[in-house]
Amino acid sequence: MTDEPAPVLEAVDVTVHYPVHRARGEVVHALENASLRLRPGRTVALVGESGSGKSTFARTLALAQEPTGGSVLLNGEPATARGRRARRAYARRVQMVLQDPFGSLNPLHRVRYLLERPLRLHGSVTGREDLEQRLRALLERVRLTPPERFLDAFPHQLSGGQRQRVAIARALAVRPDVLLGDELVSMLDVSIRLEILNLLAALRDEEHLAMLYITHDIAGARYFADEIAVMYAGEIVEYGTAEDVTQSPAHPYTRLLLDSTPDPDRMEFLAGRTHRDEDAPDVTEDDYGEPPDLVHPPSGCRFHPRCPLARASCRTDPPPHVQVTDRHWARCVLLTEPDDTSRDTTPAELTP
Amino acid sequence: MNLLLDVKDLSVDYGTEAEPLPAVSQVSLELRRGEILGIAGESGSGKTTLINALLRLLRPPAVVRSGSATLHPRSGEPVDLLHADARQLRRTRWEHTAVVFQSAMNALNPVARIGAQFTDVLRAHRRVPRSQARERAAHMLELVGIPAARLDSYPHELSGGMRQRATIALALVCDPDLLVMDEPTTAVDVVMQRQILRQVIRLQRELGFAVVFITHDLSLLLEIADRIAVMYGGRIVESGPAGDLYRDPRHPYTRGLRDSFPPLRGPMRRLHGIPGNPPDLRGLPPGCPFEPRCPHATPECAATVPALAEHGTDRVVACIHADDLGGRG
Repeated sequence: MTDEPAPVLEAVDVTVHYPVHRARGEVVHALENASLRLRPGRTVALVGESGSGKSTFARTLALAQEPTGGSVLLNGEPATARGRRARRAYARRVQMVLQDPFGSLNPLHRVRYLLERPLRLHGSVTGREDLEQRLRALLERVRLTPPERFLDAFPHQLSGGQRQRVAIARALAVRPDVLLGDELVSMLDVSIRLEILNLLAALRDEEHLAMLYITHDIAGARYFADEIAVMYAGEIVEYGTAEDVTQSPAHPYTRLLLDSTPDPDRMEFLAGRTHRDEDAPDVTEDDYGEPPDLVHPPSGCRFHPRCPLARASCRTDPPPHVQVTDRHWARCVLLTEPDDTSRDTTPAELTP
Repeated sequence: MNLLLDVKDLSVDYGTEAEPLPAVSQVSLELRRGEILGIAGESGSGKTTLINALLRLLRPPAVVRSGSATLHPRSGEPVDLLHADARQLRRTRWEHTAVVFQSAMNALNPVARIGAQFTDVLRAHRRVPRSQARERAAHMLELVGIPAARLDSYPHELSGGMRQRATIALALVCDPDLLVMDEPTTAVDVVMQRQILRQVIRLQRELGFAVVFITHDLSLLLEIADRIAVMYGGRIVESGPAGDLYRDPRHPYTRGLRDSFPPLRGPMRRLHGIPGNPPDLRGLPPGCPFEPRCPHATPECAATVPALAEHGTDRVVACIHADDLGGRG
């Protein structure tokens, strides 16, 4: 791992509990001991279903959420957003882009104003001319050209894709080191998602941005990210390169996720035994239940109530952290037993 | 007769004579009994307006400008869906057609027990004693894997996935010929989505109803639908058997949409989606609605709207270059 650049932003054992009932002392265990490193020019995808803690994690990294335990390090130093000055300084380095470009842009202001604000607040704008030039450069960076067509537009005059580009431009205005993207493309039409992802990839490479890409779409994560962290019920259950995690998943939850994701290429394989076919596998059995209640998370491994391979010990013992290869790890007891066949099972074997 | 739904030349407009806003233009489609038809399209493609017109759920300013839609139920006379009066509609709904909406989780009445919601529907449509209605309700719930004891629960006492399944069971309680599903699984995660869809397919095999499934997720349709119709700018631009459409799309938009989904397995290559933006229905180009974004567009494309034409068996395409695009995989 010596070839890797040093991390810009790092989460160390971050835990977030949201209080729900103070008298009873009940909390939502939203995020548990999560660690992550974001390096310049690299993308890490955080993949998981709704309620898995991905957005809480991103909010914690943006210092919008105070962690219950653990710490966030910026260039190795503990990060703080206490007070206006510290908050601004942090925002200059770490920026976040939200899911809904229909909600994240103030509808009362023109694009010019939306982009001018961060430049004036954070940048050393020297004058009218300089500002104008920077605004244009910013729109060109997100490929909204010609800039004059967009500068005086209101958000409602733009398409969803254009709006998201404006939101990205606004985040880039301060020349941050880290970009946190929360479901950046999931509100956009399918045909324009790839263009936005390709734009982000180009910006990441050109400007050496460290990116966190939060998504529920594991195929999109494979396309866009270098590394994938799979989250389940507030914990990172598997981590590795995008190819390792999607092509040789180690954790049963990752396999279930991959197996559940629509995959047209698999249709060829299903074609012989689709639902049209009387010999189709009996599907009444495949009820994998639902994500757990995080006020009372399951003991042992949080995935055990839904895990098709769960053993008695999974109910009681926390799952061990197992290094599959030097850059791929997962939290599952099945990986520690060498005689177990689960190591080389393919996703297809999950369904009987 | 194997035909269940016959839609011809349907057009729906949200605008005025002076400023038309054609949401659906000259859509024709046929649905066979027991078939799963997928309608794929992005926002503004007209897919939801189309089914709202068929279900008579359009609200002003939407106006049906032209066309006909006939339902041929197993029992009874054919129903003219676009002109049926209130009495006919009341009979057709639930008995012949049922619908599951986008927010299926929240479609149940929060202040009524699950059982009451089933028996209300049954007793409004059939003269059955309460006990028999309750039996039927229990049976339907069990079909979707919910214990009959849940009849006495309120919706908030069920989990999201259970509510979703209960909504589907409720839609099927009068044994309809046609189940319309409008993005029923957008609010749930993929694991739950797969579970629910498998259940729908199993029920469909058992009960024999036909499904119209609407979604923007073409990759999902490819897995569950028998046939797919792709909509763009209010028109069907291509329709055919799901497998053929995936292997050999003839319309450039279908091809672009297919290639907008990164592969989950196999080699990874750089993908591009479709440049440009979905069309603005207030200012549709005079020619093919996809022409401004199409990589294969020629001057003829901008002049006239291409008609849907047959290409091989069971495939129609609205593109003058369809033959050149065939067989490229």
